[in-house]
Amino acid sequence: MTGIRVESVSIELGGRMVVDGVDIEIPTGELLALVGPNGAGKSTLLAALSGERQADSGRVLVGDRPVREYPPLELARIRSMLTQDNAVSFPFLVSEVVEMGRSPWARIAERDRDADAIDTATRRTDITHLLERRFTELSGGERARVSLARVLAQDTPIVLLDEPTAALDLRHQEDVLRIARELAEEGRTVVVVLHDLSLAGAYADRVALMEDGRMRAIGTPVDVLTEQLVSEVYGVDVEVLVRDGRPLIIPRR
Amino acid sequence: MSRLAHLARRRTILGISLALLLVVAVLVSAVIGQFSVSPSEVVGSLLRAIGIPNSWAPDDPTAEAALWVIRFPRIVMAIAVGAALAIAGAVMQAIFGNPLAEPGVVGVSSGAALGAALAIVTGLLAYGEWTIAVLAFAGGLAATLLVYGVSRANGRTEVVTLLLTGIAVNAFGGAGLAFLLFMAGTASREQIVFWQLGSLSGSLWRESLFVLVVAAIGTVIAVALGRRYDLLALGERNARHLGIHVERLRFWSIVLVALLTGAAVAFVGIIAFVGLVVPHLMRMIIGPSHRALLVASAFGGALLIVVADLLSRTLVPGAELPIGLLTSLIGGPFFFFLLWRQRRASGGWA
Repeated sequence: MTGIRVESVSIELGGRMVVDGVDIEIPTGELLALVGPNGAGKSTLLAALSGERQADSGRVLVGDRPVREYPPLELARIRSMLTQDNAVSFPFLVSEVVEMGRSPWARIAERDRDADAIDTATRRTDITHLLERRFTELSGGERARVSLARVLAQDTPIVLLDEPTAALDLRHQEDVLRIARELAEEGRTVVVVLHDLSLAGAYADRVALMEDGRMRAIGTPVDVLTEQLVSEVYGVDVEVLVRDGRPLIIPRR
Repeated sequence: MSRLAHLARRRTILGISLALLLVVAVLVSAVIGQFSVSPSEVVGSLLRAIGIPNSWAPDDPTAEAALWVIRFPRIVMAIAVGAALAIAGAVMQAIFGNPLAEPGVVGVSSGAALGAALAIVTGLLAYGEWTIAVLAFAGGLAATLLVYGVSRANGRTEVVTLLLTGIAVNAFGGAGLAFLLFMAGTASREQIVFWQLGSLSGSLWRESLFVLVVAAIGTVIAVALGRRYDLLALGERNARHLGIHVERLRFWSIVLVALLTGAAVAFVGIIAFVGLVVPHLMRMIIGPSHRALLVASAFGGALLIVVADLLSRTLVPGAELPIGLLTSLIGGPFFFFLLWRQRRASGGWA
């Protein structure tokens, strides 16, 4: 199975403990939202999950095997990752960029499966009308969606998304989380770094709240995103309304 | 028609056009010179060489010698050097993630020239007659590693950093060359000046064939890595998440660039801007996808140098212009145009 287990992972950057003794178990089919203030270590932890960053102590297991032991190509068939880096150096067409997501499957997957994965990814992310455009001509939000489509085309059991909603409008923010939800329901393991707590609360199975590199709380959205905890961790007074068992976080102004 | 299909059609048209133009350029280049040979004599001589007897072939042994001893090796050298430099440029741009990277601009060529000059002045013959080539390769490799090591941040290279690094490496290479010029005897001095300006005159068969083999192998390797270069355009992290062994790809690509540049520079000196102009023009016509781009660049580079060499030996009657002068004359303004365009597009020098 391809769940993820994080065993007391610590990462030090420039003399600072960016991730400090974190333990999490993320089972297959779960959508986990990783939240916390700026600099809490969310992106660094995600980089450790992806195998990109070596933990200074502790380890990350992907399906019972340390993530750093996978050869790059094999890992690319198991986990995909959306980074915050959406630039493309040369004027590739959008269709070519999405197709790059299939590259780990070159000479393995049948052509039909490539076409299917690309088709599903472009429809889900609402970029079918952009396929003929050059990536370098797109707006920030369009680039973000094309990058997401590329990640979805990779078609992996583990999907890691680092702030996928950052450049998006309201509708596309909802779309992205709805897609993440669907991916989890298909039996994939999905970890999303988010800043919008209400968005995290509305879609995630569980929310992991980080503070100064430590895992402050982890559990269902209503358990973690409470008025007291959020106010304390973010240093801003908030009000939490619970609708249909999902928390809505509103700063007191 | 979809844009992708449109690009595919352009690729075919470009391929055929480049091949035809190259054949024409080679024929014209073989015909024109101090000793005039007719086009039919050139074709006849070539046919005879591959074992087809014909009536076109020249009877005059002087014509035969002019073709086979002087012009053909020179043309082969032009093809090989052009392809090698264009491929080196395209590969550099891919691994630097920047369309302005080029062996001449960032100092790889002057590193190679410094290595070559060192071999000439010291009379070092550790590797026999190939010493110059080996040291040119070593110099080019050292310069590439240096530029690569200092000019990257987060897997990309900012234009400013790249160019400033290039200035530094070129300045150092220039100083080294100047010092060697100062130390050298008259004969070596002339040889070094020749290296700085670039020239294809006096190309020998074994040299031409060596560079041709290097260029051909380099092209094949680069094209085989083409898909990976495409992924590198997504940035280092994204490429890694797609299963690319980024460090390994980069390292071997740098060796490839140094090998191609070193082989070219060792025999013909510094011919700048080929690696910049050719891949860029090809990218404008057929898009950035690397496999087609690299093949087109090899042919485009070959065509450019065959034509540039033809011009260099015919523009001024009775004298030869250095070919590096010609390519820089075209490449300089073109480089400026690219800078201007990139600046306009990104709103800054990043």
